[in-house]
Amino acid sequence: MIEARNVYFTYPGGVEALRNINLTIDRGEFVAIMGENGAGKTTLIKMFNGLLKPSKGYVKVDGVDTREASVAELSRKVGIVFQNPEHQLFAETVEEEIKFALRNFGFPEDEIASRIDSILRFTGLEKYRGSSPFMLSGGEKKRLALASILVFDPDYLVLDEPTIGQDPEQKDRLLEFLYEVNRRGKAIVMVTHDVEFVAECKPRVILMRRGEIIADGPAERILVDEDLMKSTSLLPPQIALFLSKLNLNESNYTALNVDDALRVILSIYRGGSVC
Amino acid sequence: MLSFLELFRFRRRDSPIHRMDPRVKALYLLVMSTLSIVYYSLAAMLTLFASTIPLIAVAGVHREWIRSLRGAAFLASMIIFVNMIAGYLSEGFILTMDTISYALSMGLRFLTFTSVFSIFFLTTTPEDLSLALEKLGVPYDYCFAFTSAIRFVPDLALEIQTVIDAQRSRGLELEKGNLIRRIRNYIPILIPVFIRSFTRSIELAEAMEARGYGASEKRTSIYELCMKRSDYMIALLLLCILALSILIRLLIGWY
Repeated sequence: MIEARNVYFTYPGGVEALRNINLTIDRGEFVAIMGENGAGKTTLIKMFNGLLKPSKGYVKVDGVDTREASVAELSRKVGIVFQNPEHQLFAETVEEEIKFALRNFGFPEDEIASRIDSILRFTGLEKYRGSSPFMLSGGEKKRLALASILVFDPDYLVLDEPTIGQDPEQKDRLLEFLYEVNRRGKAIVMVTHDVEFVAECKPRVILMRRGEIIADGPAERILVDEDLMKSTSLLPPQIALFLSKLNLNESNYTALNVDDALRVILSIYRGGSVC
Repeated sequence: MLSFLELFRFRRRDSPIHRMDPRVKALYLLVMSTLSIVYYSLAAMLTLFASTIPLIAVAGVHREWIRSLRGAAFLASMIIFVNMIAGYLSEGFILTMDTISYALSMGLRFLTFTSVFSIFFLTTTPEDLSLALEKLGVPYDYCFAFTSAIRFVPDLALEIQTVIDAQRSRGLELEKGNLIRRIRNYIPILIPVFIRSFTRSIELAEAMEARGYGASEKRTSIYELCMKRSDYMIALLLLCILALSILIRLLIGWY
């Protein structure tokens, strides 16, 4: 469990980036952190593996205060995939790139080999095993960055803007991918602006504005609240907007994506109830 | 560690010092640098260093100034330390008062440089700087390269921090191991930073060309630098101070 209590954080320059943050994230949860630019989302996730320590309050990972553990120890549990893969790719080959974290965490050599094999297969990067990471396309670099974290099997997988620069097909694959990791009992925490993507996965949504959490609940409740979303420069998913303009989203069933909408419309068409 | 780079971060403000002609400020830089090299006693260094403080106050950049001094403090203490060791060894294993005061003044000289350069860079817009260089006859391409290099220093600092964060999240421990291991630890930081810098400069070049950079041979600028009466006065004053100080140094022999 990741637990944050009364967390405040001020950057050395004097900018107060987090104010009174309270939240818990359990193993096996699927969470999206959303909000306008500069709301403190990235600052918040950097608290989870101790890259930043709270100015006030505390953050605990499985009961360990982040101030009392090294970033390396915490990162073994909380794997953060940063937004821009170019900030971390450096090795000569894709294989070496993935190996980096395993070496740092002291995995034995035979386990390293088998883990690399399975992660390359899982992420579809097998054919690039011996290529230079810099020769990959933008989307592939992003997947490699993900693979290089996923390979050490952290209990909490944190992703900063995973859908940026990905085409729709890659997004679908990413979604399947995250579901699969989630099914294995790992927590997924993603920071994103991509409302439509969140409408597909329907995770627990945490909304942030100016360093504070302004809402925390299921996607079905948060994403359709137009005023709430607008207050942090977001909009509900298009389908939800459309259906609420038709007064169809008021019922006990809220449609967020195309499949949901299809159900609503078909049931009306057949004259039955939605659920 | 990266706070030393604060020195180059310009913020738009208004003060008599901000409004001063950049060429006069460059002259100030030159005069102060010359003085801190010509003189080397502790008293002289203290005077020079203290003389920068009122200017910082007038310009209202004390916060940034303190931050760059704090960054320079480590290097200054290294300079003091090395000078003390050198003096200690050359004097036959005794620490004399002379050695101590010399070492302190060397450290203070570095801080004076930092302070003077802070005044210059914190109060001069990159555009003004570029114009001043152009007026001094530097080809525009070089002026542009110089000012954009300064312009990108804060971005670079931010980027280095992001890379460090990303690699630490993959279990990299920079302070681990013996000296050689520690140097090797920086490879995963340096490679992404270098590659990003190259990509960034190519992107910048493309963006500049897309906006017509180099289309006409002779460039004109929207703003022209023009020396006001006060600028001439200050320049004259600076030259007098310089001449007087050198005379004192040479004729009276104070140091």
